[in-house]
Amino acid sequence: MKTLAELQAIRDRMKDNVTMRSGSGSIRAVVGMATCGIAAGARPVLSALVEEVSKLGLGEKVTVTQTGCIGLCRYEPIVEVYEADKEKVTYVKMTAEKARRVAKEHLQGGKVVTEYTIGAAEK
Amino acid sequence: MKELSLNILDVAKNSVKAGATRIVIRIDESDGWRTLSIIDNGCGMPPEFVATVTDPFTTTRTTRPVGMGLPLLKLAAEQTGGDLSIESSVVPPTGTTVRARFRMDHLDCVPVGDYAGSIVTLIQGSPEIDFLFVYHREDGQELSLDTAELRQVLGPEVPLDLPDVLVWIQGALQFETEMQ
Repeated sequence: MKTLAELQAIRDRMKDNVTMRSGSGSIRAVVGMATCGIAAGARPVLSALVEEVSKLGLGEKVTVTQTGCIGLCRYEPIVEVYEADKEKVTYVKMTAEKARRVAKEHLQGGKVVTEYTIGAAEK
Repeated sequence: MKELSLNILDVAKNSVKAGATRIVIRIDESDGWRTLSIIDNGCGMPPEFVATVTDPFTTTRTTRPVGMGLPLLKLAAEQTGGDLSIESSVVPPTGTTVRARFRMDHLDCVPVGDYAGSIVTLIQGSPEIDFLFVYHREDGQELSLDTAELRQVLGPEVPLDLPDVLVWIQGALQFETEMQ
């Protein structure tokens, strides 16, 4: 069982480190989390993204958020990546594993994983 | 939905959308019944909307005129011999209570699944909302987590959706027997 003392330790470690706060990033990864997304497996995709962004130390650059129905239910789970001055990238039929690869190659490395995008899926 | 925890995540998002500042999620197991309650202080629904809300063609989404969240929860409950009830008020104190009852020994009763993952996902999506989660199991074990209390420990500088905090919450939501 986790104790409140451990939570206090996290606070003490983090409270002066304001830059670690999420929400300041220039890249936004948005996961569709309406009924369609959830039923298709969006929850593990979101967890994997949050975990990987934290593990790769991208907390300052990347914000992971949730949204409702994107309107392309047959392609769920969907992850959209928004970055200033760049075209939106839509990843479809995602899994936790694919999400980890997107985190590494796209969010960290800046290279779109073309094979997971909606453009590739529609071919 | 393959597990009840996915219905929880889905239906609790209605409470978020209703502008709730506090959402109570309870799973109570006793006498062979599992009761899920989702209680919020959001804007509530007028009676005529409540009357049609388990109809898949009633929805607040704008992308298409079908909403499967509550219909799927209702189906999951009724296929075990249980039921779904909704109480809601648009006059103060506003809010909505959704209650679903499941016969636990029924063949079609879906497992609870990764409830911790769902609660963590809800907190990650809406760190400003107070979530109270209580799980009282048939074997008498109980766990509860109140993000209002966590926020007091964390103070104003450290948000609940910080990855380290979310990992702590995930751990805090495990029954002790599962840790071994």
